Amino acid sequence: MWNWDYAIKIFPEIFAALKITVTATFVGFALAMLLGLVLAISRRSSVKTVAYGSKGLIEFIRNTPLLVQLYFIFYVLPEVGIYLSPLSAGIIGLGIHYSTYLSEVYRSGIEAVPQGQWEAAKALNFSPWQVWSKIIIPQGLPPVIPVLGNYLITMFKETPLLSAITLVEILQTAKIIGSHSFRYLEAFTIVGILFLILSYPSSVMVRRLEMRMNKSLR
Amino acid sequence: MTILYLLPTLLQGLKITLIITFLAMLLAFVLAFLAGFGRLSKFRVVRFLTAFYVEVFRGTSLLVQLFWIYFALPLIGISLPPLAAGVLTLGLNYGAYGSEVVRSAILAVPKGQTEAGIALNFSPWRRLRHIILPQAFVMMLPGFGNLQIELLKGTSLVSLITLADLTYQATILNASTMETTMIYSLLLVIYFLIAWPLTRGIRWVENRLSVGRY
Repeated sequence: MWNWDYAIKIFPEIFAALKITVTATFVGFALAMLLGLVLAISRRSSVKTVAYGSKGLIEFIRNTPLLVQLYFIFYVLPEVGIYLSPLSAGIIGLGIHYSTYLSEVYRSGIEAVPQGQWEAAKALNFSPWQVWSKIIIPQGLPPVIPVLGNYLITMFKETPLLSAITLVEILQTAKIIGSHSFRYLEAFTIVGILFLILSYPSSVMVRRLEMRMNKSLR
Repeated sequence: MTILYLLPTLLQGLKITLIITFLAMLLAFVLAFLAGFGRLSKFRVVRFLTAFYVEVFRGTSLLVQLFWIYFALPLIGISLPPLAAGVLTLGLNYGAYGSEVVRSAILAVPKGQTEAGIALNFSPWRRLRHIILPQAFVMMLPGFGNLQIELLKGTSLVSLITLADLTYQATILNASTMETTMIYSLLLVIYFLIAWPLTRGIRWVENRLSVGRY
């Protein structure tokens, strides 16, 4: 049954591993935000090959499991000479996978920018770079911030998958502790509770932000 | 030629993947409706319990839940075989997400519809069955469709609790043949070939059902 002394003893070790989990989440998310924007913009490209190519890429990545993509990055890339540490392979995997989701989020933001804004930019002879950086993104991004927040939380919850490519993050630490003593109950329960107390308040915060923004937009 | 050698084993794993997907989908669907209605219940206890279930399963990660049910539950005396543990976890997890789909769709049916049902002296059951659900169900489809794809992709995690699904077979083949590039490329393609038609199919059903509605 549940053993408090044991739980208290192993807690610091599991808690320390949270650092790796959080690093993977934030760096992965930054990468996903950047790649997602690139995908969202190239999907709207007037060059047909670029537009269809990025659409196909998005569909392919979205329709295959993250775990398999991680295996691919970690085990197949070394065959062509690209060696990555578990952490960087994990960050790249998370970043690429979620960039396809974020590109859809950006797309909804971009499409919500009124057509007149594009026309005004054209009338003022803005370059494509100026159109995106000065007109479309500043208007299209703020409304989708809560959705981005939700994806940050989702990504945080996906990081335990990185244990499958030998990254010693929070779940892997718990598993190692468990395998030493054959007591998995405390270790895995602590991991679950840590995830819950980090992700639940954040999702409540995102919900509040969403409500406040909806109010101010009306 | 290696493909001919690799495919039979992979397809064997695919069978397990499809079985898990199907069983977990059924469980998730039932739980989504139970929890979705539970959160709209007029009894506080029911509302609280379903909210607890939903938030716990949405707030922790699928893999942690899977490990908890497979490795930790036996210590309290509940030992499940890998298949049961996999189906149960996937069902519980996606059921929790699905309940939000059900709940928001029911809330999105205009209040006037319920009032009209009351005015016409429909019983609560008939109101639900003939007025609310047909309208809400169409709104649930996009949400359920997305979840179905997520569930299919989520089944790859059961390979980590030694269930011989598609991903597991690939890992085993990789260890024995070292055809890493070929195996993992095939794996990606196979998952895509199942998931993509599913995505398209759901889109098609959505379009068919929303004809004449807005």
